[in-house]
Amino acid sequence: MTAVAHSTTMGLDNRKLGMWVFLASEFLFFGAFMSAYLLYIDTTNRGPGIEIFDIPFTSVSSFVLLMSSLTMVLAHNSHLRGDMRRMRLWVLATAGQGMVFLGGQVYEFTVFFREGLDLTQSPFASSFYFLAGFHGAHVAIGVLLLLGLYSLSLTGKIKPGQDVKTEIIGLYWHFVDIIWVILFTVVYLIPELRV
Amino acid sequence: MATMTAAETGQSRLRPSKPTGFLSWVATTDHKRIGILYFWTVLVFFFIGGVESSLMRAQLAQAELSLITPEIYNQMFTMHGITMVFLVVMPFAAAFFNYLLPLMIGARDVAFPRLNAFSYWFYLFGGIFLYSSFFLGGAPNGSWVGYAPLSSDAVSNMAFYAVGLQILGVSSLASAVNFIVTILNMRAPGMTFMRMPMMVWMALTTSFLLLFAVPIIAVALFMLQFDAVFDAQFFQPASGGDPILYQHLFWLFGHPEVYIMILPAMGIVSEVMPTFSRKPLFGYAAMAFAGAAIGFIGFGVWAHHMFTSAIGPVPRAAFAVATMFIAVPTGIKIFNWVFTMWGGRIRFTTAMLFSVGFVSMFTIGGLSGVVHSIVPHNAQQHDTYFVVAHFHYVLFGGALFGLISGVYYWYPKVTGRLMSEKLGKFHFWTWLLGFNLTFGPMHMSGLLGQPRRTSVLPGELGTTVETYNLLSSLGVIVLAVSASVFLYNLLRSMKHGEASGDDPWDARTIEWMTATPPKVHNFDVIPVITARDEFWHRKYAESDQHIPVAVPVGASVDHDEHDGDVGHIHMPDPSLWPAIHTLGVMPLGYGLVYANWLLIGIGLVWMVAGVFGWIIEPLAEGDDDEPALVGAATH
Amino acid sequence: MSTSGTQAADAVEHEAHGGHHPTPTEYVRIALILAVLTALEVSTYYFDFGRAGIPLLIILMVIKFIMVAGSFMHLRYDTKLFGRFMYTGLGFAIVLYTATLLIFVVDANQ
Repeated sequence: MTAVAHSTTMGLDNRKLGMWVFLASEFLFFGAFMSAYLLYIDTTNRGPGIEIFDIPFTSVSSFVLLMSSLTMVLAHNSHLRGDMRRMRLWVLATAGQGMVFLGGQVYEFTVFFREGLDLTQSPFASSFYFLAGFHGAHVAIGVLLLLGLYSLSLTGKIKPGQDVKTEIIGLYWHFVDIIWVILFTVVYLIPELRV
Repeated sequence: MATMTAAETGQSRLRPSKPTGFLSWVATTDHKRIGILYFWTVLVFFFIGGVESSLMRAQLAQAELSLITPEIYNQMFTMHGITMVFLVVMPFAAAFFNYLLPLMIGARDVAFPRLNAFSYWFYLFGGIFLYSSFFLGGAPNGSWVGYAPLSSDAVSNMAFYAVGLQILGVSSLASAVNFIVTILNMRAPGMTFMRMPMMVWMALTTSFLLLFAVPIIAVALFMLQFDAVFDAQFFQPASGGDPILYQHLFWLFGHPEVYIMILPAMGIVSEVMPTFSRKPLFGYAAMAFAGAAIGFIGFGVWAHHMFTSAIGPVPRAAFAVATMFIAVPTGIKIFNWVFTMWGGRIRFTTAMLFSVGFVSMFTIGGLSGVVHSIVPHNAQQHDTYFVVAHFHYVLFGGALFGLISGVYYWYPKVTGRLMSEKLGKFHFWTWLLGFNLTFGPMHMSGLLGQPRRTSVLPGELGTTVETYNLLSSLGVIVLAVSASVFLYNLLRSMKHGEASGDDPWDARTIEWMTATPPKVHNFDVIPVITARDEFWHRKYAESDQHIPVAVPVGASVDHDEHDGDVGHIHMPDPSLWPAIHTLGVMPLGYGLVYANWLLIGIGLVWMVAGVFGWIIEPLAEGDDDEPALVGAATH
Repeated sequence: MSTSGTQAADAVEHEAHGGHHPTPTEYVRIALILAVLTALEVSTYYFDFGRAGIPLLIILMVIKFIMVAGSFMHLRYDTKLFGRFMYTGLGFAIVLYTATLLIFVVDANQ
C-alpha cells in the first residue's frame, strides 16, 4: 500500500527514481552555463582571461572532490552492511572533502578577484564565475545534505535498513563530481592547451 | 504494523489534526485537494489576466486613443503574457494532472505528496511575488520573452520577472519529477503503458518536456537577473556580450513550453471525445507516439522564433524544415480525433462541444503556424498582430478550449454534481463567437501591418485596420459576458447542480469507477487492469458485430466495492512544512531583486531550516515506507 | 500486506542488491585508476602532447565520467532505466548546446 520498492510498478524505489529523473535535468542546467562560457571564452573586455587560472591549485581541489566520491560510496557500502559507525565516519569524511573543495573555490575566486577578474568585468568573467559558482552551490547543498545525514543517523532517525537515503544523497554527490570532471577538463585544461 | 517506539508514532505538534478548515488546506498533501487549490488559484489569475487584456483592447479600440499611458500598457501586455502562460495555462494543466493522474492509473496518491504541496505553494508564492511588483514601483514591462538588453535595464523592471519565473520554474520542475515517478512507478496492477488513458500519456510527455526545458530558462533567468541587478555582463554588448545568447536560451525553453501548454489539453480532448462518441480512441498507439514525437521534435525548432534575429541562412533553412515536420505528428492527432468521432454515436454535451471547438480552432492556429515556418513569410509577419492571432488560436482556441472541456467533463467527479448544460452551451457558443471575433480580425490587421506591443494604434494604418481593431475589442466584451456565465455556472452548480451519480457520462476510464467525489484513499480496492478503457470493458461486452452490449448487473465488478470494511489504508500525513519551507522564497526573492544580502540570507536560512523541519517531521503512523526497518523490528 | 511477505520480498531484494555491489576493495581500485587518469590529465599542462593533447583530454574525461557513473553511481549494476535517464539528459544537453554554439559560429563566418 505504500511506497516500498517491491510494491511499485517497476520495482524501483520512488525516491531513487525521482533523484535520477532530477539529475537528468541537471545536465541541461550546467550545459547552458557551459555554452555561455565557451561562447565568451575570449570575450575578456581587456580584463584577465584564462591565463589567470592556477592549474596546479585547481588540480589539487579537483582531486579532493574526485576522492570524496570514493568515501561517499564507502559510506553507502557501510550503510548497506548496517555498519552505522563506519558509515558516519565516511559521510563525515566526504563532507569534509566537500568543504575543502569549497574552501579552495572561495580562495580561488578571491585571488582572481584581486587580480582584476570582477564579475562585472567581462562576459568571460560573468560566465566563469557563474559556471564554477553554481557548481560550488551544488557542492554546498551536498555538504548540507551530508551533514544532515550524519546528524540524523547520530540521533537514530536514519536506521541501518534505510540505506536508500545514503544512496540517494550519494547519487547527487557523484553527479556533482562528474559535472566537475567535465568542468575541470572543459573550463581549465582544454583552454590552457589551446593557447 | 509491527512495533514502533513512541518517538516514531508521536504526533508532530505542527500537524493540524482536523480534516476540515483553513489549516487543513494549508497542510494538505492529498493530491485531490492540491488539484482543487490549483484550480481556484488559476481562476483568480485568469480573471486578472483577463482584466489586463481588456484594458489593452480598450486602448486599441480606436486609433490614437490615450485611455492608458504607454507605461501602463507595457506593463499590461507583459503581465498578461506572463500570467496567462505561467499562472493560468500551465498550472491549469497541473490542476488536472494532480486531481486525475492517481485516479486514472489506480494509485492512492502521487509518489511524493509533500513535494506536490511544495509545488503548489511555490506556484502561489511565485504568482503573488510577481504581482507584488505592481505595488513596488511597477510591474515588469519588457514583454513575456524578456529580451536582453532591454530587460536587463532597470527601466523595464524585469528583475521581478526573472526572479518570479525562477520561482514558478522550481514549482514546475518539482511537479515534473513527481508526475514522472508517479506515472512510471505507481500504476495499478495490469496498467501497462499501452493501457494508460491518453491523458496520462500526455502528462508523461509534458513532464519530460518540463524536466528538460525548465533548467534552460532557469539559466537564462539567472543570467538576466544578475545582469539586471548585479551588473553581470552576459548580454551587455558594450563589453562584448551577445543578446542573441539570451534569445537562444529563452527559446530553447520557450518552444518546448508551447507544447507543455498544448499537450495537456490534447490529453483532455482525447478522453472527452471517445466518451461522447461511444467509441474507443482511434489510433491509440499513433496518438501516444505522436505526442511523444511532438515533444521530441519540439526541442529542435527553437530558432524559428529568431528568423529575423542574427542567425544565418543555413540554420534558418534547417529550422524551417524541422518546424514543418512538427505538423506531421500534429496532423496525425487531428485526424485521429476526427476518426474517433466518425461513425460514433455522438452526444454534444458542453464538454464535447468544447473538445470539438478545440480541434477546429487549434487546426486554424496550427495552419497559421506552418505559415510562419516559411522564412520569407516570417519576416513579413514577425512582430505583427498576425503572430498574436496565431498564438491565441493555439493557446486560447487550443489549450484553453481543451482545459475548459475538461472542467465540464470532470466537474461531476470533483463535486458530485453536474454543471448546467443550458448555461454551458450558452457559454460555449458565446465563447466561440467572442474568441473568433477577438482574434480572427487580428490576422487581417497583422497582415496589413499593425505592429505588436505598441500602446497606440497608429492612425496612418487606415480605417480598415481600425475596424478590425474595433471588432477585436467588441469580441472581448462577448468573452467577458461568456466568462461570467461560466463562473456563475461553476459556483451555482456546486450547491444546486443536478446530482451526477458515480458515472454520469457512461465513461471509459477507471477514475469513474470509484465513488464520486472520491474518498481520500481514492479506491477501496485497487482495481486490476485487464484492458485499455478498463471501466468500459467492465460495463460492456462486445457482440459479433463489434456493438457494445451491456453486461448484466452484477456480472462484473464495475464499481469500486465501497461497502464493507476495507481495513486501515495508510495515507500520506498532512504537513505544514511544505508551506512553511516555501514561504522562505519570499524574502529570498525580494533580496535578489533589491540586492539586499540580509533578505537573501534570511530567505536561505529559512528555507534550509524548512527542509530540515520537513525531513525530521515524525510520521503519524510510523515510518512504514521502510520495510526493512519493520522487518528488523519484528525479528 | 503481511509482515512475513514484506520480509521475504525484502530479503530477496537485498540479496539481488547486495550480490552485485562491488566490495570496498574494488571501489578503492577504481579510485586509484581515477587518480592516475587525473594525474595524466594534469600532465598535459606540464608536458607538450602536441596535437594529441585535446583529444587525449576529452577521452580521459569520458573514461572518468563513465567510471564514476558506472561504478560509484551503480549504473552498471542497477536497472538500465536510470542510465537511460542520465544519458538522455546528457545527450539532449550535448545536441542542443552544440547546435546553439554552431549557429553562432556559422553566423560569424558570413
